[in-house]
This record gives sequence, C-alpha cells and structure tokens, in this order.
Amino acid sequence: MSEVSLDHYLVLGAVLFVCGALCMAMKRNAIGVLMGVELVLNGANINFVAFARYNPVFRLEGQVFALFVIVMAAAEAAIALAIVLNFYNNHMTVDVDTAEELKG
Amino acid sequence: MSQATILFLIIAAFTGLSAVAVLVSQNIVRSAVWLLFTLAGTSGVFFLLGADFVAATQLLIYVGGILVLVVFGVMLTAQGPFITMKVGAAEWVIASVVGLLLLGVLVMSMPGPEAFGSSEAAPANAQVSSSTQLGETFLGLPGAMPEANVSGLPKTATAVPRTRVSYLLPFEIVSVHLLVVLIGAAYLARAKRRKGGLP
Repeated sequence: MSEVSLDHYLVLGAVLFVCGALCMAMKRNAIGVLMGVELVLNGANINFVAFARYNPVFRLEGQVFALFVIVMAAAEAAIALAIVLNFYNNHMTVDVDTAEELKG
Repeated sequence: MSQATILFLIIAAFTGLSAVAVLVSQNIVRSAVWLLFTLAGTSGVFFLLGADFVAATQLLIYVGGILVLVVFGVMLTAQGPFITMKVGAAEWVIASVVGLLLLGVLVMSMPGPEAFGSSEAAPANAQVSSSTQLGETFLGLPGAMPEANVSGLPKTATAVPRTRVSYLLPFEIVSVHLLVVLIGAAYLARAKRRKGGLP
C-alpha cells in the first residue's frame, strides 16, 4: 500500500457501518441504539466525501449531501432523545426490551 | 510509504478502533466517550479528503452538539442498573459472525478503480474545493460546478453533459425541517405536571 485510494476510505466507512448496525441490534440501552444510528450515518458520510474526492464529476455534490446528512442526523438525535426521555419518564427504564405495549 | 499514507493509517485506525470500542464496551458512559473519539476521527478523515467545510461542520454539530445531547441523555437516565446492561455470550458470538459476514459482503462489493470513467485523472491534481465553491454550488451559480459529462454510461453511448443544478431549495427545506423537529423535540421532552401521584 503505497498510495491511499478510494477503496481504503470505503473500507473505513464499511467498518463504521457494521459497528453501528451491530450496536443498533445488540445494545439494550435505548441511548446505545441511538449511538449506533450515529455510527451508521458517519460511515455513510465518509463514503460521500470519499466519492466526492475521487470522482471529479461529484467533486462538490458529495460534500453537499454530507452536509444534508449531518443536519438530518442532528434532527434525528434531538427527536430520538426526546422520545427516550419521555419513555424513561413513563416507564422508569431505558431498556428497549420493555417497550412492548404495541406487541399483538 | 508517503507522509499522507502514514497519516491516513493513523487516523483510520484510530477511528475504526474507537467505533469497535463503542460496540464492545458495556458501560454506556464509556460508549459515549468512544463515540466522541470516533466522531472526532471522522472529522480528521474529512480534513484528509480535502473537505474543510464538512470537517468543520462535523466538529461543530456532531462533537459539539449531538454528543452533548447524548451525554445529557446518559446523565438523565443513568441510574444503577441502566449504566451497564449485560449482553449474553451467545449473542456476542452471533453478532460477531453476522458482523464479519456483513463486512465481507460490503468489502467484496466495492467498486474497483475502473468504475468511474474519468477517475484516473482525479486524485493527485484534483483542485481542492474550498468552502467558497461549496457555497456557490448551493446557490447554483454558473461556473461553480465542474464541467463534466454524466458518468456511468456505457462506452458506446454518446457523452451527455450534465446540467447545472442548484441546492438552494433542498437547503431551505432542510432548515425548515430542522426547525420543526427542534420545536417538536422541545414539546415532547417538556416537563409535565403530574396529577398528584408520584412525588
């Protein structure tokens, strides 16, 4: 490996994505699930910016979309934390396994 | 190995290992700290890729905003049993197998260097985009976008020059969306008046 190429950045993005997906699936704490979502969005963002760097046609679009993703992530974190706090107020726990009132 | 390669290896290893640590650490407070390192490392990766403005935004919004929000959430809900929630050993085995398979699929499906027609001219001498160019792209000013043809077409097709687009309307929609979401979050998380009952 003498020169950093697009694939190296994509591997890094894939590692972040897999960690985030497993985090979402495994954590029992609702805030841990939220951290997994943040990791997944970061992996996607690395891919966007890497494509922007290595494909000259999308030199600016990649960064524009990365900015949109960051703003969406901020909105998502705010609303998810509000829901978690509401859940905690009503149930006195943040264990996602106990949220089963909608189970048929 | 050049200096840029060494720098990339250091930052990438830092970011990836921090992401793994977010996953494996059982304590939610430690997970939050590892998430901080991951987000900061991602911003370093953006700086390496020449995206200054995105990297600065990542530092401001993720490390400065979202992480503070997450830490407040941890502090408000961290009581006794919720700080460490154990996961069984069998689940760890299944999760690592599934994770390695998923990672393998993602790495196998990566596009080779030939995937983009014009990428051989890209890396070294590509003009580093400044935040001025990014702003002009948002406004859709003429000359902000690089002149190029649509990529991904078959070799025999005639080249199609891409049209100029403006991202001003999506930007407005996103900002109004953020405002609505923040008002909604404040409404959801407001302090409620309890009717008697709990102290």
